[in-house]
Amino acid sequence: MNWIQVGALEDIPRQGSRVVNTASGEIALFRSIDDQVFALNNRCPHKGGPLSQGIVHGRRVTCPLHSWVIDLETGSALAPDVGCAHRHEVRIAHGALFLEIKDHAI
Amino acid sequence: MTVKKTRLVVIGNGMAGIRTIEELLKMSPDEYEITVFGAELQPNYNRILLSPVLSGEMKFQDTILNDWSWYEDNHITLHVGKTVSKIDRFRCRVETEDGLVVPYDRLLIATGSNPIMLPVPGMTLPGVLAYRSIDDVEKMLIAAKTGKRAVVIGGGLLGLEAANGLSLQGMEVSVVHLCDWPMERQLDKVGGGMLKEALEKRGLKFYLARQTEAILGEDKVTGLRFKDGEEIEADLLVMAAGIRPNIQLAKSAGIHCERGIVVNDTMQTFDPKIYSVGECVQHRGQTYGLVAPLFEQAKVAANHLAQYGRMRYEGSSVSTKLKVTGIDLFSAGEFNAGIGDEELLLQDTARGVYKKLVLRDNKLRGAVMYGETMDGPWYFQLMRDGTDVSELREHLLFGQMHLGDSGLGGVSSVAAMPDNAEICGCNGVCKRTIVNAIIDKKLFTLEEVRAHTKASASCGSCTGLVEALLQNTLGGDYSAKSSKKAICACTEAAHQDVPRAIQNLKIKTMAELMQALAWKTPDGCHVCRPALNYYLMTAWPGVYQDDSRSRFINERVHANIQKDGTYSVIPRIWGGMTSPAELRSIAEIAERYQVPTVHITGGQRIGLYGVTKENLPKMWGELVEAGFVSGHAYGKSLRTVKTCVGLDWCRFGTQDSSGLGIKVEKMTWGSWTPHKFKIAVSGCPRNCAEATIKDFGIVCVDSGYEIHIGGNGGIKVRVTDFLCKVETEALVLEYCGAFMQLYREQAHYMERTAPWIERVGLAYVKQHIVEDAAGRADLYARFLESQRYSQDDPWKERAEGKDAHEYAALATIA
Repeated sequence: MNWIQVGALEDIPRQGSRVVNTASGEIALFRSIDDQVFALNNRCPHKGGPLSQGIVHGRRVTCPLHSWVIDLETGSALAPDVGCAHRHEVRIAHGALFLEIKDHAI
Repeated sequence: MTVKKTRLVVIGNGMAGIRTIEELLKMSPDEYEITVFGAELQPNYNRILLSPVLSGEMKFQDTILNDWSWYEDNHITLHVGKTVSKIDRFRCRVETEDGLVVPYDRLLIATGSNPIMLPVPGMTLPGVLAYRSIDDVEKMLIAAKTGKRAVVIGGGLLGLEAANGLSLQGMEVSVVHLCDWPMERQLDKVGGGMLKEALEKRGLKFYLARQTEAILGEDKVTGLRFKDGEEIEADLLVMAAGIRPNIQLAKSAGIHCERGIVVNDTMQTFDPKIYSVGECVQHRGQTYGLVAPLFEQAKVAANHLAQYGRMRYEGSSVSTKLKVTGIDLFSAGEFNAGIGDEELLLQDTARGVYKKLVLRDNKLRGAVMYGETMDGPWYFQLMRDGTDVSELREHLLFGQMHLGDSGLGGVSSVAAMPDNAEICGCNGVCKRTIVNAIIDKKLFTLEEVRAHTKASASCGSCTGLVEALLQNTLGGDYSAKSSKKAICACTEAAHQDVPRAIQNLKIKTMAELMQALAWKTPDGCHVCRPALNYYLMTAWPGVYQDDSRSRFINERVHANIQKDGTYSVIPRIWGGMTSPAELRSIAEIAERYQVPTVHITGGQRIGLYGVTKENLPKMWGELVEAGFVSGHAYGKSLRTVKTCVGLDWCRFGTQDSSGLGIKVEKMTWGSWTPHKFKIAVSGCPRNCAEATIKDFGIVCVDSGYEIHIGGNGGIKVRVTDFLCKVETEALVLEYCGAFMQLYREQAHYMERTAPWIERVGLAYVKQHIVEDAAGRADLYARFLESQRYSQDDPWKERAEGKDAHEYAALATIA
């Protein structure tokens, strides 16, 4: 099990995002208005924009560079745009955030 | 146990009925069990495109809007080729001619219209056709292969399109029309005359002001006789004398009908279980035969069927365009001047251009254009917005060349542009891509074109061109957006509704605002949230707590995001005046942070590019230490006040322009505005500070200060309008604050001063800023009051630790 504690739910503002730096790149953690947390690669499938800087609305985030809208649950761009920001598993346990890191030694 | 769904029966498989279902499925996909009856043996197709099919420019296949699988995928039961013969309102069921009985809980009548067949002998002869369905078109195409001569009765929109199509199929075509010129419902005599001439050059023959007495022939049509006795030959006769709402079925069921099925503003008939949309409907005394109003009706009907119960249909104003390739014609509103109306005319016979605008009380009431129609959507917009055009009057006829042409000025018709002409410069989208998307993906609206092609999705300056392309491609039935345009898909509310609701209901939070205006999403989207945040902030300065989560990244972190995810830092340089010491501090800080690019900006400041987000607060701290504040180069806010050196040094200078510029900037910096706001002060009319392309420009003259407003040097270059002249610096400050406040309170979010002034009219601004001294003082006071809360330097606050989480990673995993 490669679950790593990366912080607490309270560290991410509601409708906001924070970044976790990893050896294989940045992972953005998003917190929706109803306190769900999602994790995606911090790269828009369009032109690599930092998704963590976008506006979070519902279960979606809008890329700050060219306004692609990405589904937080799947990482897929909303039609008619096509593309996917890889998603990662994330869990909340008693307010602590755990991120699953794949292909990556601890 | 399965829950029994409500049953919805739709009579009519045409554009209005199916559009209603599409809208309904979007809002409430599982509420209804839907059954559709269609008399034609086709799936839902785009009737607007019959003319291109007839002329051979398109195939029928390309006009299908929803193929068979769409009905299956959405679990809709479809009966084609079945005619509903009875509505049994007592038992709530419909019956078809062949005995099928289907019960309903809600019924939607979308039976469309029937062609008017003249009451003359011979009407039933083979070879006499209407022009209404794909079936008619197929019969015409067959007739065109064998026959030689065609006669079209009716010189309206439909008749001319039929005539043109048949002529392109190789037939000799004559058009018979009751009036003195064709398309008399859309064109005045001059425009109609020009149209007739152009069509004659293409080989059509006109018989005008003629009445048909009989259609001749024994076992098939051979010709036609006029009242005056003259006879002409015909192998094919097309009836295109107009359409009549198809109300027979509704009438026989006892539903109240006049010319059409009478509906209220929710598209409900006199039977509350029965709704009706489309050409069969009569709403506030009007019937409609164009697609845009039908789509608006569909949206409203769907909203009520989905039990949202909020929208109202309030009627549509419509514009028309003829779908005959190569003929540009546009008509909207009341184009025949009444008593007290004014006419503006432009007629250039050699170029084949004719324009007529009808004005009443300084507002545009109607427009007819022939030969040059690119400005049609603009005129239409002015009409629907009720803009006071008195200040535009001088160049109104010449169109909106300075707006919306995205550098393509001079090309007066999108039709004339080559296929590879770039329409959207931001996203590199050319005409061919847009036209193909409209046809292949069956797009109808500007929003759809934006989603699929990205054209007009960035700066929006090519919106007019994209609308013109939509109109050109879809033809007459496309009508630009409805006059009341929803902010985004989260809501039906338009921009103007929001400040009104905030004031009337004294709403002070975003959650309450979304609830009051019935937002459909729990927390909006990237389009509406920044707008709501802005409106609330403007309405309640010092009370409303700015919501950083509803700010675009640049305003949230007070720096401009760059394409690689780094940021730019641009400190404020008051009035563009600096000193060696200031320059030295900037240089040292830039070196310390290894800033890759240092650039002198267009606003007389120094831009430091390529700063990582983590470094921003520290770097700001050092800049603050050196006496700088944020330049707000990232915000929808006051940007810069550009100046020339003026009286101090310039031999032409008339006033202290740089000193005044600094005073203006000290007063206005930090203010949030609907869109970015730029100011300049020039020391003399040579205007070295380029004040006449700024949102607020001051040009010093010997006797005082000229004030200019609404300029724009960006995407769409627009020279300012002259507002007035004042005599003292104090008055300049007052007018500036009052103007900014009027803009802050009245413009839509994301609307620059230039389009705002074009929308409300310069007269409106003059009235509030120049003529009404007390009103001006109030505006100025409100501006100063709101500035009390907006001049805390955001850089200083963040250097001291505010919003630290925005600038630091949550964790680093080695």
